[in-house]
Amino acid sequence: MPTDLILTPNMDRPDDIYADLLAAHEGLSKAESDALNARLILILMNQIGERRVLAQALAAARVPEGS
Amino acid sequence: MNKIFEVPLYPYTRHADQDAATPAHHRVVVVGAGPVGLAAAIDLARQGVEVVVLDENDKVSFGSRAICFAKRTLEIADRLGLGTPLVDKGVQWNIGKVFFDERKVYDFNLLPEEGHKRPAFINLQQYYFEDYLVRRARAIQSEGAPLDLRGGNKVARVADHGDHVALTIDTVDGPYSITADYVIACDGAASPIRSMMGLDFVGRVFEDNFLIADVIMEADFPTERWFWFDPPFNRGQSALLHKQPDGVWRIDLQLGWDIDKEQEKKPEKVIPRLKAMLGDDVEFSLEWVSIYTFQCRRMEKFRHNRVIFAGDSAHQVSPFGARGANSGLQDTDNLAWKLKLVLEGRAPEALLDSYDAERIFGADENILNSSRSTDFITPKSEISRIFRNAVLDLSEHHAFARPLVNSGRLSMPCTYDGSPLNTPDALPGGPARTRPGSPCPDVALGNGFLLDSLGDRFTLLAINADAPDGLSEDGIAVTRLSLTDKDDATGALAARYLGDAPAAVYLIRPDQHVAARWPAYDAVAIRAALRRATGQEMQ
Repeated sequence: MPTDLILTPNMDRPDDIYADLLAAHEGLSKAESDALNARLILILMNQIGERRVLAQALAAARVPEGS
Repeated sequence: MNKIFEVPLYPYTRHADQDAATPAHHRVVVVGAGPVGLAAAIDLARQGVEVVVLDENDKVSFGSRAICFAKRTLEIADRLGLGTPLVDKGVQWNIGKVFFDERKVYDFNLLPEEGHKRPAFINLQQYYFEDYLVRRARAIQSEGAPLDLRGGNKVARVADHGDHVALTIDTVDGPYSITADYVIACDGAASPIRSMMGLDFVGRVFEDNFLIADVIMEADFPTERWFWFDPPFNRGQSALLHKQPDGVWRIDLQLGWDIDKEQEKKPEKVIPRLKAMLGDDVEFSLEWVSIYTFQCRRMEKFRHNRVIFAGDSAHQVSPFGARGANSGLQDTDNLAWKLKLVLEGRAPEALLDSYDAERIFGADENILNSSRSTDFITPKSEISRIFRNAVLDLSEHHAFARPLVNSGRLSMPCTYDGSPLNTPDALPGGPARTRPGSPCPDVALGNGFLLDSLGDRFTLLAINADAPDGLSEDGIAVTRLSLTDKDDATGALAARYLGDAPAAVYLIRPDQHVAARWPAYDAVAIRAALRRATGQEMQ
């Protein structure tokens, strides 16, 4: 089935991006980290924009091993 | 306390029906003289349909209750002939502001365009709304409209006999019986008629309590809807401030689930809460205090043969969104013309099933919107609270998050997509907002407004198009209204009704909803659409 959600490598510098994510959380309490994650998810959802693609992302997140 | 609560507006008087040897027969009996029942009765009676309204009380409802009346309700009220007194008395508003903690994070305008006769909302105590309806009922009565309003008449028994309904009514002089072609049950969320008929009313209970306080004060807050999430004066909860006429302000404070309701209603508990919100130096007095909980639910069907439910008796929502009384008025707007045509033998009884189809669609839309608002306002889990607060934090700085802020999606009229009365859209390039099923948007036309020239009958609205003066199909007359885009220099008529089309012909229902539209006059297509819009194809 065709999908618009990209589940193949798509980050230009994966190690750097991952390190950026961890660095953003450094020194934060659990509550602050949860809030940051929530803001980040909302910002990225807006970037994607399409409900159809986000539904695919939610499904992929819910079942990480794939269907 | 306002005197209006104490005046019997329709006191009990003995009626000849009580001395009749056999039960007197009436065309329509409306049970309940609240906003919905009175609107239904006025709508029918002013169009010549004989109607009796029964209510066990004889006064307006106690306390301000419903206060936000939406533009669509005012447009319906205009058709019933009482829009102007409502708007003159009410407090008009279009702007809402949202606060989070101590900061304003967002504001919105509910009517960002020109060319409408009525504002997005007025705030008006429900008792005024009912008072104006009773006055309007009296006025049309004096002009000969067949409307009979009986206070102190409590329905004790109702039985649907297939081709008529029998009612037993209790009064101080003892019981009496009448029969009716149809009964409209507008007897509220706790509907005794619904219970008597053993009908279900299922849905979702929200475990939360809200304190309503109507206070009288001199305050310089603007006439806007102010909503707070997690304010310093009501930590972890929400708050709402709204202006009503007569210097009365509605304050709504979320209290949470585990509270002692009787304690929380006492002035010694309420006043410190209000002082925390308003400041110690603001002088105010309490007019009305109430604590409410709510449910979102509806009946499985609104039409039960000859007993038809409308308003809160049929569906209930949370108050966030002003979708209670406003949707009830849309119910009667939808039902009255259909019932009239059926009673006059000009449409099949099946037309009444379209009331079910269209208003259940509307109720589901209202329940969905108000449930989502409630989930945003009172998050049900830790993670939903985290996301809710993230939306509010982002909305202060970034426009993208603002559409997610949900302090109530305020009542908008329902577009009956998929209604069995609609004819598929045949206007290429026509605006989506006027597709079949839509309520007609208003337009300023030189010396008046478009909506004032629509309603009560089927109208053929021809814009830049030729059409005959009128036509008739199976006893249903259609009147033409001819306009050109020159009639509105602002371009709103073209924007709202033509879109990319150079011309259009609309078939508009008596409740000002679009039934069908075409690029030009086509007699065969219009007659077919008219048959469809009057339920001829539903049998």
